[in-house]
Amino acid sequence: MATEHPVVLEVRGMVNRFGAQIVHDGLNMQVYEQDVFAVVGASGAGKSVLLRSILGLQHPQAGAVLIGGRELRQLSDAQLRAVKTDYGVTFQEGALYSSLTLLQNVQFPMIEHMQLAPAVRDELAMLKIRLVGLPADAAAKYPAQLSGGMIKRAALARALALDPRLLFLDEPTSGLDPISAAAFDDLLQHLHRELRLTVVMITHDLDTIFRTCNRVGVIVDRRMEEDTLARIVDHPNPWIQAYFHGERARAREVRNGT
Amino acid sequence: MSSARRREELTSYLGAQRRADSLELALQGEWRALRFNEISSVLAAVDLSGVHTVLINTQGLLLLDLSCAWRLREFIASTRAAGITVSFQGTRPEQLQVLDDALVKEPFQPPGAPPHHESIIEPVTALGRHVVRVGYDTREALAFIGRVAVTAVTAFGSVKRLRPIAVARHVYDTGVTAIPIVALIAFLISVIIAYLSAQQLQRFGAEIFVVDLVAIGVLRELGVLLTSIIVAGRSGSAFAAEIGAMRLNEEVDALYATGADPYELLVLPRILGLVIALPLLTIVADAIGLAGGALLCRYLLNIPLTQYISRVSESIGPTTFWVGVWKAPVFALLIALAGVYRGLQVSGSSRELGRLTTMAVVQSIFLVILADALFAVLFMKLGI
Repeated sequence: MATEHPVVLEVRGMVNRFGAQIVHDGLNMQVYEQDVFAVVGASGAGKSVLLRSILGLQHPQAGAVLIGGRELRQLSDAQLRAVKTDYGVTFQEGALYSSLTLLQNVQFPMIEHMQLAPAVRDELAMLKIRLVGLPADAAAKYPAQLSGGMIKRAALARALALDPRLLFLDEPTSGLDPISAAAFDDLLQHLHRELRLTVVMITHDLDTIFRTCNRVGVIVDRRMEEDTLARIVDHPNPWIQAYFHGERARAREVRNGT
Repeated sequence: MSSARRREELTSYLGAQRRADSLELALQGEWRALRFNEISSVLAAVDLSGVHTVLINTQGLLLLDLSCAWRLREFIASTRAAGITVSFQGTRPEQLQVLDDALVKEPFQPPGAPPHHESIIEPVTALGRHVVRVGYDTREALAFIGRVAVTAVTAFGSVKRLRPIAVARHVYDTGVTAIPIVALIAFLISVIIAYLSAQQLQRFGAEIFVVDLVAIGVLRELGVLLTSIIVAGRSGSAFAAEIGAMRLNEEVDALYATGADPYELLVLPRILGLVIALPLLTIVADAIGLAGGALLCRYLLNIPLTQYISRVSESIGPTTFWVGVWKAPVFALLIALAGVYRGLQVSGSSRELGRLTTMAVVQSIFLVILADALFAVLFMKLGI
């Protein structure tokens, strides 16, 4: 079903090396429109390196990244700037600008890319803050005054500031209690359904994967094994087996009665 | 015009068709947030005079994102407020439903600026607030100094708690790596003094006193003062920034939580390191300053090196050198305290870090010069 959609994000033959350590060796990845794609892998397998390479924060030794069919390295600065308005990113620790209030954080991309009257900007930013389920009085607070769960939501609000169609989330539910994490999953599902977003997320959270994702890419042996969620759980690779059928996965199945 | 059908392509975003008192708006193209202003002005320009019903057709709409859906919602609301019926041909875009869900809970209120009371007694209350703040700051600073003193007294009980390795690192960072710049500045300063005094003294044929001025000036005041100012700029800022970044990263809290005392681990080694390093740097500055004076006297005033050396030893008293060197640990203490104290005050944001680092440097330089002035008065009274 998902494969009927066009490819939004593609990584071809990515190679990342740090000295003698090879992180990725010919990694391929394809994300289709309206996918919720989970990137999983052992700690140190290079999930964050992959995300940083896609975002252009790091330059791989080889390989290409294509967003919307256009190879990022061949774009001019102005074109790259336009591509960057097509996606939103949340970082693991939120990476909210600490000297700006939440409202100003959400407005920041708008100020950079849209010329809006201040009143309209306030309204649109408040809309995004509401949309991610934050109370209106949080808008005037500084990031240091927000709780961990609120920071995750605030980061999402900032990522949604320009109404992107592609979202990158780095461990969106890590560090949240199970109830907040489940609420975040619900929010993500809701946004995905309503806004028809394509989501690429790095996550370790099996609950998040089973509740929100339709496709999964597992980084094993410096490459990516990707498939639909239903099929990837039966992949013969021992790490993938351990991941989806290990102690924690069984505990989850018992809990959910599946 | 009243009965004639008129179709108008307003832009690539909107087509309007008028039938008597009803207006059909055909939305088309991609309504994206990045085109918000254009779409907004197109909607604002729709002519609603004499219209009773508006029919919105979204069949040609390729994309409607939330920002633009919000603008459309505002348009519909204002149209309805003008007594015009608005309906959709076909289904209502679901984005509008998302907005309804998000916005229905409470009406939007922008977080306004805190209430500002402009009144005649404003300057008085501002002054009062400032005085109270200064009072709190002073108390806090005294508490900090007390805490450092207590930590120092207990730490001196054992070598391990003095953290010799950390102290050595700070001696290296603040002292050894500062030698090149300190030496260069000392050399240039002695050149300046020698030049300046030679110009004046040559008129009286008293060039030999240039040596006195260079020797006493460098050893007693300028060597230590300029070294301290450079170190305040280099290390005072480094202390504040290092500890401030650790505060932002909750590393200081982590130390507390593991039962380690940040004062013992972070504060004391920096103070001790600088108290050791600054006198040594001062000696380097003194030596280079005297050497620079010798060079200039040799080539500018034709005073041979042997004569320069004997004149230096005649001109300076037994205490001249030590007066300079003994001031160094006091200055070091002031610089380190100001840097560390401001670093520990950082909380919340990166702007705080910048503000307090600036404050650390400005205050440590101010304190050094103030202390030097007090020393000058003190030494004069003591007759040294």
